[in-house]
Amino acid sequence: MANADMQRPKARPLSPHLQIYSPLINMVMSIVHRITGAALYVGTLLLAWWLVAIASGPDYFAYVNGIMGSPLGLIVLLGYSWALLHHMIGGIRHLIWDTGRGFDLASVDRLSWGTIILSLALTVMLWIWGLSMRGGI
Amino acid sequence: MSTTLRPTPSPTEARIRTPLAKARGLGSAKSGTDHFWLQRVTAVSNFVLVVVVLLQIARLAGADYATVKTAMKSPLLSLPLLLLVLSGMVHMRLGMQTIIEDYFHSEGRKVLLLMLNTFFVILVGLTCVYAVAKLSFGA
Ligand code: HEM
Repeated sequence: MANADMQRPKARPLSPHLQIYSPLINMVMSIVHRITGAALYVGTLLLAWWLVAIASGPDYFAYVNGIMGSPLGLIVLLGYSWALLHHMIGGIRHLIWDTGRGFDLASVDRLSWGTIILSLALTVMLWIWGLSMRGGI
Repeated sequence: MSTTLRPTPSPTEARIRTPLAKARGLGSAKSGTDHFWLQRVTAVSNFVLVVVVLLQIARLAGADYATVKTAMKSPLLSLPLLLLVLSGMVHMRLGMQTIIEDYFHSEGRKVLLLMLNTFFVILVGLTCVYAVAKLSFGA
């Protein structure tokens, strides 16, 4: 097969790049599942920090609690709780797909929008409920 | 999946088909279905444990130190929390491994990041375990 033509690389046709497709909801959800997974990964530092703070005693706890309760801290925690709920519901979606079900376009769209709406609704409910508790039962 | 009986491959087909024995264990990750399966198993356990733990932690938002400490001493919180940390450690390590393998193709950088992934997960995970254990058993 070796001949002169093969020596210089030829320009070969490429498959279309990702950016020429208009974004579909399932593409967006796919990358969001990965982004939330990575965010949860990094965010485990927050859980560890909080647990260490409780174990360290009242002074250090008050310091960490102050940071987490600040406006910026609350925004981060709000984002973290949404990422967790979104990834969790999205994970259920993946488990449904793993059974071979829900691959037709209508189901994919429904599962995608359902994940978004449910994750937002549950995040709001979680915070309203949590803040109304203040440690009570 | 249905198990259909395949006809005996023709000599041509027999030559074209990949010998599985040669391919086994030679993928980029040196393993396959166990990664996939463990990610699913821990997805299920994460789901159950997150529901149990998140509800208990959310109600501690804005609570004072004594309340939080008392809550953490209860095995109803600490036990599912420890299980979640364990399940989460396996799950997040596998998940991050997939991400690293997808985006980093040079062998050196990939191996380095895979190592750091393991170190990070163990460090964070055992820090959580240590803190919960101290609260459960300590003064
Ligand atoms: C709460 C329940 C959870 C469920 C049901 C769940 C489910 C899943 C599933 C099914 C996958 C595989 C997706 C795929 O094959 O593309 C996955 C990936 C992943 N998960 Fe989770 N997960 C949960 C919690 C977590 C937590 C707490 C973390 C991190 C601390 C995490 C981090 C990741 C990462 C990094 C990936 C890889 C993402 C990717 O490859 O794109 N997950 N999760």
